[in-house]
Amino acid sequence: MRPSSVGHALSHDSAELHARGAAIYVDDMREPQGTLHVEPGYALKEARGKIVKMDLDALRVFPGVVAVLSVKDIPGVNDCSPALGDDPIFADGAIEFHGQVIFAVVAETRDIARKAVLLAKIEIEGKAPAVTVEDALAAGTKDVVPEYAFKQGDVAKVLKSSAHVIEESFHVGGQEHFYIEGQVALAIPEEKGGMTVYSSTQHPTEVQHCVAKMLNVPDAFVTCECRRMGGAFGGKESQAAQWAALAALAAHVTGRPAKCRLDRDQDMMMTGKRHDVRIDYKIGYDDTARLTAVDVDFLARCGYSADLSQGVCDRTMFHADNTYFYPAYHIKSRRLRTNTVSNTAFRGFGGPQGMMFAERAMDVIAIEMGMDPLDVRKRNLYSRGRDVTPYRQKVKDNIALEIIEALEKSSKYRARRKSIDAFNKTSVALKKGLALTPVKFGISFTLTHLNQAGALVHVYTDGSVHLNHGGTEMGQGLYIKIAQVVAEEFGIAVDLVHITATTTGKVPNTSPTAASSGTDLNGMAAKAAAATIKARMVDFAAKEWKVAKSRIRFENGNVIIGNHSFTFGELAKKLHGARISLSSTGFYSTPVITWDRPKGRGNPFFYFAYGASCSEVTVDTLTGEMRVDRVDILHDVGHSLNPAIDIGQIEGGFVQGMGWLTNEELVFDGNGVLRTHAPSTYKIPCASDVPQDFRVKIYESGGNRANSIYRSKAVGEPPLMLPISVWCAIANAVGSLKPGVIPKLAVPATPEAIVRAVKSMRT
Amino acid sequence: MARATLRFLRRGHVVELSSFSPTRTLLDYLRLDEKSKGTKEGCNEGDCGACTVALGSLENGHVVYEPVNACIVLLGQIDGKELVTVDDLATNGKLHPVQKAFVSSHASQCGFCTPGFVMALFTLYHAGKRPTRQEIVDHIAGNLCRCTGYRPIVDAALKSCNGKPADAWSWGAKETAEQLAALNDGEDVVVGDSHSFFAAPATRDALAKLAAGHPDATIVAGATDVGLWVTKQLRTLPKIIYVGRADRLDEIVDHDAYVSIGATATYADAASHLAAIDPDIGEVISRIGAKQVRSCGTIGGNIANGSPIGDTPPMLIALGATLHLRHGTSERSLPLENFFVAYGSQDRKAGELVWRIDVPKLKANELFRCYKISKRRDQDISAVMGAFKFTFDVRRIVSARVAFGGMAATPKRAPKTEAALAEIAIDDPLSWGKAIAMLQQDYQPIADMRASAEYRLEMAEVMLSKALMEIVSGQTSATRVAGHRGVGP
Repeated sequence: MRPSSVGHALSHDSAELHARGAAIYVDDMREPQGTLHVEPGYALKEARGKIVKMDLDALRVFPGVVAVLSVKDIPGVNDCSPALGDDPIFADGAIEFHGQVIFAVVAETRDIARKAVLLAKIEIEGKAPAVTVEDALAAGTKDVVPEYAFKQGDVAKVLKSSAHVIEESFHVGGQEHFYIEGQVALAIPEEKGGMTVYSSTQHPTEVQHCVAKMLNVPDAFVTCECRRMGGAFGGKESQAAQWAALAALAAHVTGRPAKCRLDRDQDMMMTGKRHDVRIDYKIGYDDTARLTAVDVDFLARCGYSADLSQGVCDRTMFHADNTYFYPAYHIKSRRLRTNTVSNTAFRGFGGPQGMMFAERAMDVIAIEMGMDPLDVRKRNLYSRGRDVTPYRQKVKDNIALEIIEALEKSSKYRARRKSIDAFNKTSVALKKGLALTPVKFGISFTLTHLNQAGALVHVYTDGSVHLNHGGTEMGQGLYIKIAQVVAEEFGIAVDLVHITATTTGKVPNTSPTAASSGTDLNGMAAKAAAATIKARMVDFAAKEWKVAKSRIRFENGNVIIGNHSFTFGELAKKLHGARISLSSTGFYSTPVITWDRPKGRGNPFFYFAYGASCSEVTVDTLTGEMRVDRVDILHDVGHSLNPAIDIGQIEGGFVQGMGWLTNEELVFDGNGVLRTHAPSTYKIPCASDVPQDFRVKIYESGGNRANSIYRSKAVGEPPLMLPISVWCAIANAVGSLKPGVIPKLAVPATPEAIVRAVKSMRT
Repeated sequence: MARATLRFLRRGHVVELSSFSPTRTLLDYLRLDEKSKGTKEGCNEGDCGACTVALGSLENGHVVYEPVNACIVLLGQIDGKELVTVDDLATNGKLHPVQKAFVSSHASQCGFCTPGFVMALFTLYHAGKRPTRQEIVDHIAGNLCRCTGYRPIVDAALKSCNGKPADAWSWGAKETAEQLAALNDGEDVVVGDSHSFFAAPATRDALAKLAAGHPDATIVAGATDVGLWVTKQLRTLPKIIYVGRADRLDEIVDHDAYVSIGATATYADAASHLAAIDPDIGEVISRIGAKQVRSCGTIGGNIANGSPIGDTPPMLIALGATLHLRHGTSERSLPLENFFVAYGSQDRKAGELVWRIDVPKLKANELFRCYKISKRRDQDISAVMGAFKFTFDVRRIVSARVAFGGMAATPKRAPKTEAALAEIAIDDPLSWGKAIAMLQQDYQPIADMRASAEYRLEMAEVMLSKALMEIVSGQTSATRVAGHRGVGP
């Protein structure tokens, strides 16, 4: 029997199933007899233009093809967008990016469907696509959503009067999610036009709504279920809907179950990625290296439609300060429309790009001032009296400095700085770099109404518990954490809590599992549901045995009622006998938070999560090859609900972020065709890229100051930004070639990008 | 008399199949035919390892397990082997030691890559020794995990792979060996008819005859490339001739002056022989694909395929290798560099087979260096791959062979650079410049998603100057971030 309480390093609830290959993902479900397979079709070469011909006759007669679908088969609304109605399920008349779905084939086998798709004759009257940020600026097309800014003070004036001013522009690349399980959905037609959809999605409610809208049936007729995803990272928040819609449409048209699973290359071409941005900035600072003013422009490549770009780009702005105080600022963001796949949520949700600016600014000041970058960072941290963010939220839980100083000490930062300087004095081709960077990440959806969650808990008469909530499991350990919360509430072993698949049929109107908030929101909702049942048990027991409520305890699977003791199951049975409900919903909405977007002020975040990392690298300045020698991490998770799960998030987030900053390069050609659409050309970190000396610790912060679930802190996204220290260390190594000169290093710092940075030192 | 069925060992029993598509992949067989859903499809191109399964075969009477990517292995290739998948490992409800270590190390998060890792580690568990951390990392370089950051997976390997296998496979090894020996009937395998078949001849003569008789057939060795023709290009390949069963075609013979490598010797088979010529070759081979690819992919296939970015041809060309081809009963040979005619075109007629490659060893007055640059260190395709052989008269280079991959439409020598090198004094770095400058006359590389043309050319120059620097200094500690050679010339 495993310990029930929160705070224990329990295994992931499916760990054993994973290892046995027995965990069932959507594509592993036993297909109902007669299941058909859907394959999306697109124009092979073009990214943009009018569809002038679409001849699908050869497909229709291809043996094994059951149906060919296009926009005219949709009974309802041709849209799979998360909000703005600008993402057609099938392109209607024109395409706006390479890989945009125009039609779909439904066939007896997936193999047949894939082969049939190739027979389509599509003609596009091609128009020159806007592929890059620069293209979009030149084309002057309407942004996907309006620009937005935070402003305080007369920035131009302050810059003019500042002792030092630096102006720079640099590119931060996007990132492919590369969840190992690709997009997939299985739709089963139900009575009265209804549909059950099994989807690998972070947002079952959105899939439900999309399918209902498309089929022109009430939401209640559609159920979406997801037991687990094989990774998501934001890539299945809004991006799962289209494939579920295609499967549901095929099921609707044929009356047979239908599955849509993307091949890896299509998945990478057809689904959105992390936003790439160009960051144009001008900063002023004084003789003590303290910032006086910040003028920064984030020019984001959003792709052809809005998708979640408003929230993503807002979050870039929310994190443009990271842990630093800006006395005067003008933080702007353009959301540029390009003829590329619509960029979307990705772990950090725009925050990482904002933070890249802040950390770059610190490094650049240090280079100009001839100071250690860590001293510049410390000089600019939020502190008493300098603690209001550019969105006017006061930072009340600031522990950046204490984490930085703890890490500075434990990583022996100063001593290593000295030995690295000594190494670089004698080494010609190889140069070492060191950097220590902090993270401050705001927790809550900035779209305030999403900060709510529901749960459903049943207690059976044998004392076993059925747990359901609106959060989805993508590997992050949400299910086990919430089971721990419920087990804790009932004082029972976590094994008695049966975790069940997330479904819109049990908990309705859910928010996506995103913004690192899955545990915070659903944990509280589940706790509330359990507490309701527990309160009924207490009421009953107090009356039945005439014992004060304060003398009733739930522990170790038993309920102690004064001098009586029952197992949890025995008491449940007694309640049932007394005709008292053993089932309850639970609901939670985050208190305190407010956000007035038009005014740009409020308290959008319930609290902040903090961390810091220190990285040392060796760079071959001739080839640009790079090795990460050592990484030290201290990360704040409040009181950890499950240290094993949290360490996994920290390490995994770090390595994923390191990939974004180093090896992972998305290459679009001039025609808007993604050239890196498979793991053969798009390189996520593998085992040998992980630093051999990798020292990861949870920072003992004494718990969240906000009243979160058991005073824990969200941990999904914040660690992704820890590896900014790797990127800064690379820049630091290159910078050692000529102190005082700023290396022009791009993101990602591929070998070629590093060589370019080396060359920038010589000119 | 040819055998008209495919036979392999599965869960202690012989599976015999008399009908399947010649291009059925092993993964589709498992998931769609056998309906074993444990093995996952991640990329369907052999680059993520989620579909890793183990194939057992007899080596010197012992059962040896190799990890392969089921997504690009053709079902027919497993004739005579034991197929082990993640669904099989837990016996009598009890987790395998590797699985147990996975659970206790918190080595899975989303779990989708986990079956592939478990199977990769299953083969390491049976490799017969306690691996170092570096060996583990090398072993799993072909398995991508997007969640964990790998640390706990390496821990699980350290915990479970203790060099003393104690599982159903080690206990049953003797019986398995007997079953596998019994499966090896020496018969040619032909499943299908004369229009569409999967054939796996058992002898070299039968293979050469069959290939000559079916010049339109697709020749498959490891299928690490042909597999993608099937899964990505959706090509219909009605006739498949698998060369991997032909007896002793994988033979590697170590002669005094050269190593002779049979066409079907895998990277894994050839690695130690080639590394003995020069450690840099071993280093590069350890970075070709990953374990799964190296246990299927062959040196012969890497040549026959004719890719401009294959990693072995530049090394072999620089060493002065001779390629032997066979057509029917006749054999011919040519210098390897002459085999590569143009992009997509090799000096091999239909029905002719790459047969053997003879690789000269280094003489006392010869030194060798090679370098591979890619975005990611492991399991990545080269942006540039350069190889150099210098022949010395004391401290003067009298001749050189220089070959590059990724710099032209084929693997290609650098005649002008070679000529210029033949005049330089190794101790006079000022004399190097002229030779290095010749590279831009020998090559006009292209730009693609892996690198720009400028970067490629510059890296070629850097590689040559590095080779010379390292020869002068006798060490690599100042010139490499990884892949160091021992101190010496």
